[in-house]
Amino acid sequence: MSGLRILVGCKRVIDYAVKIRVKPDKSGVVTDGVKHSMNPFDEIAVEEAVRLKEKKIVSEVIAVSCGPPQCQEVLRTAMAMGADRAIHIEVDAKTYEESVQPLHVAKVLSKIAQEEKADIVMTGKQAIDDDANQTAQMVASLLNWPQATFASKLEKVDDGFKVTREIDGGLENIKVKLPAVISADLRLNEPRYATLPNIMKAKKKPLVKKTLADFGVDLKPRQKVLKVEEPPTRQAGSKLGSVEELVQKLRDAGLVPS
Amino acid sequence: MLRGLQLLLKVGRPLGNNKLGFISQIDVRCMAGSTSPKGTGTGEKPESKSFGLSLFRGQISADQVFPFPEVLTSEQKQTLQELVDPCAKFFEEQNDALKNDSLEKVEDSSMQGLREMGAFGLQVPQELGGLGLTNTQYARLVEIVGAHDLGVGITLGAHQSIGFKGILLFGNKEQKEKYLPDLAAGNKIAAFCLTEPSSGSDASSIRTRAVPSDDGKYYILNGSKIWISNGGLADVFTVFAQCPVKDDKTGEVKDKVTAFIVERGFGGVTNGPPEKKMGIKASNTAEVYYEDVKIPAENVLGGLGNGFKVAMNILNNGRFGMAAALSGTMKYCIKKAVDHASNRTQFGKKIESFGAIQEKIARMTILQYVTESMAYMISANMDQGSTEFQIEAAISKIFASESAWYCADEAIQILGGMGYMKETGVERVLRDIRIFRIFEGTNDILRLFIALTGIQYAGSQLKELQKALSNPAANLGLLVGAGAKRAKRLVGMSTGNVSLSPYVHSDLASAGDKTAKAIDSFGQTVEDLLMKYNKRIIDEQFILKRLADAAIDIYGMVAVLSRASLSLNNKYISATHEATICNVWCSEAADRIKTNLTQATDPNAKKIFDSLAIISKEAVGAGGVFHRHVLGF
Repeated sequence: MSGLRILVGCKRVIDYAVKIRVKPDKSGVVTDGVKHSMNPFDEIAVEEAVRLKEKKIVSEVIAVSCGPPQCQEVLRTAMAMGADRAIHIEVDAKTYEESVQPLHVAKVLSKIAQEEKADIVMTGKQAIDDDANQTAQMVASLLNWPQATFASKLEKVDDGFKVTREIDGGLENIKVKLPAVISADLRLNEPRYATLPNIMKAKKKPLVKKTLADFGVDLKPRQKVLKVEEPPTRQAGSKLGSVEELVQKLRDAGLVPS
Repeated sequence: MLRGLQLLLKVGRPLGNNKLGFISQIDVRCMAGSTSPKGTGTGEKPESKSFGLSLFRGQISADQVFPFPEVLTSEQKQTLQELVDPCAKFFEEQNDALKNDSLEKVEDSSMQGLREMGAFGLQVPQELGGLGLTNTQYARLVEIVGAHDLGVGITLGAHQSIGFKGILLFGNKEQKEKYLPDLAAGNKIAAFCLTEPSSGSDASSIRTRAVPSDDGKYYILNGSKIWISNGGLADVFTVFAQCPVKDDKTGEVKDKVTAFIVERGFGGVTNGPPEKKMGIKASNTAEVYYEDVKIPAENVLGGLGNGFKVAMNILNNGRFGMAAALSGTMKYCIKKAVDHASNRTQFGKKIESFGAIQEKIARMTILQYVTESMAYMISANMDQGSTEFQIEAAISKIFASESAWYCADEAIQILGGMGYMKETGVERVLRDIRIFRIFEGTNDILRLFIALTGIQYAGSQLKELQKALSNPAANLGLLVGAGAKRAKRLVGMSTGNVSLSPYVHSDLASAGDKTAKAIDSFGQTVEDLLMKYNKRIIDEQFILKRLADAAIDIYGMVAVLSRASLSLNNKYISATHEATICNVWCSEAADRIKTNLTQATDPNAKKIFDSLAIISKEAVGAGGVFHRHVLGF
């Protein structure tokens, strides 16, 4: 065993298959009675962590989630996939929806990383609800650790990882030394299914409950949500008979010089 | 069946003398009796907690039905919730039902996935490698299987619901430890072997025989079984065979059915090619042959000569699972139908706005609601430790299989030409569910089972009355009570002790009254029939069928009344919707019950039954239709 410890952030989000509805007062989206599951990118992060453990590159995988009591379901899933234990930072649903922002979660994660003496903090590159894409970067900054975001391939090298990143226009290979923060991109792996026997076994794995106060994190908002709106509905297209017609339309719209 | 009934007549037991004696001679495949492990029929228990049994006395036994039993602890519920998603995900993303159907086998990758999922040992205790699920938890997961792939469902069900259920229920410690871990992991597959070429519904006539070896260490098994689900895949078989058993009292040696655990590895076990079937094609069905198979003596399951009891209990314990699976199938059909009806435009309107379609969707929904309510009521009763749920289990199997057929058929009708196409994925369902009305006890035999089991229970009370009559002075109270009840019925009054108002939500009061009334007249009809026919009632299948149909409707009413009341009391989001379903169901069921009960006692109906018998006899005599062609040639 290598002794490396990896911390994985697991956000509970509205399930990807659910049709999102905006609250009438535009303060957010409807979450009551809506199916939730683990953020798919976080699932990829958990899978990668578990694979690193299976390859004996790391020795312990700790799943962390911040939010309402139901976050425990997400943590159980992470443990059913192979995480060794879990930490739940409980925040009641109302406070969570109204006040918790990436910076708060990043602070919590960085505190836990220090307490648990983690060598790697891993998260999904972004959550599919707010698509903020901030947490991993903020954790790296708070801890002053190197970061390798949007990882699509990880390779262990002597004192760190060689990470392939998906960037605009291609792939970038970088090397990070440990400790480090890594965020998972879509193509890093295909997460396994939690099997029923493993779900049962996961029930016996330890899950510790904490509060934000335990980490001295205040919930002072740094951003303000003005309003949440449905994306504009797409206008129906039309079929054009000829290239000339198309050019004319583009000209009319001011998209090509006339 | 007939043989069993005649046997009963020959034995000439008065009704109600011996509960199991009455049934045990009759086909066990279909006629599961009391599930009490100790239930050997000694000592009559006058009052049963079973709603289904009490119904035949015109009484309401509310314990098991009101309030709707909720048995899952919060932890069990949470566990179940965690299991549901990954299970559904597997069937949505990894298993391909259409492909399995056309391959006529469950794809290897799917089988492997199911093994990893733990799907082969849902109810095996955790310490033996299973998931240790309760009946209710099991029901919820097989519902998912039923919604996606019944071919896989039968493969799994033949394995654990009947294949090795005997080991789970009756196996001793050594047998459990030896077999269950491999079976739970799906490393070995199990099968249940009862049916033979000449022994279908009449299971007491099986010919497969096991004879003890001279040294007493083995039994030598010879015979063959047909239509064995998993017959070509299984390594472990629960086999029912005649076996010479010495009666302790008389010293007489007689063949009695005994259950054995048989491994393919014992040698002499072979199987035929997979049968070509109408549906559930992905599941393997084959003949299994036994030729001088040496079974170690310790592989007797549940004791020598107890094979009937073992078979009965296995089947009886598995029926709720079919109802649960089919409630999932029905949900699938409804979704398909609704998707189409709300998108398809004809005559300038979505077709869901037409009454002809609305009635179909509503009826499908109602039937699904009733089926689901029955399935989870029974699974909860079983989890509560009830042992007398044989009537309820049989009702749920009949009701679920017929309702599912209706749903699939109407879904195809709503989908029109699209429904007839393979790729739509409903024609497969229709083919798959046809077998559910046939196997594990045909619905026809199960109807007789319901009626006869209930009548026998009612008859035992009647017998007490008769006994009391022989010594009226000492039993005045009993006689006055019974006499008054009868007199009240004769003048059309409620007997007073039949009311559901304490149990049902006030919004459902009228549906509750209808149900109470139906229960009362049901009891009255049974009493009248017993007076009129006494034990000859067992030959009146036209009447028994109607009685069974009324019992099925009444149980359905009670199940939905209870569930809808629960939803109303808890103000669930769909409570009003459920109340509407409940009211419609109870109104229509009450009408059907009235008709059925009238026909059961009405002399004119009897004339029609006699005519039907004649028509059938004449057709049979002619080897097909007897009537002259309308054109004369």
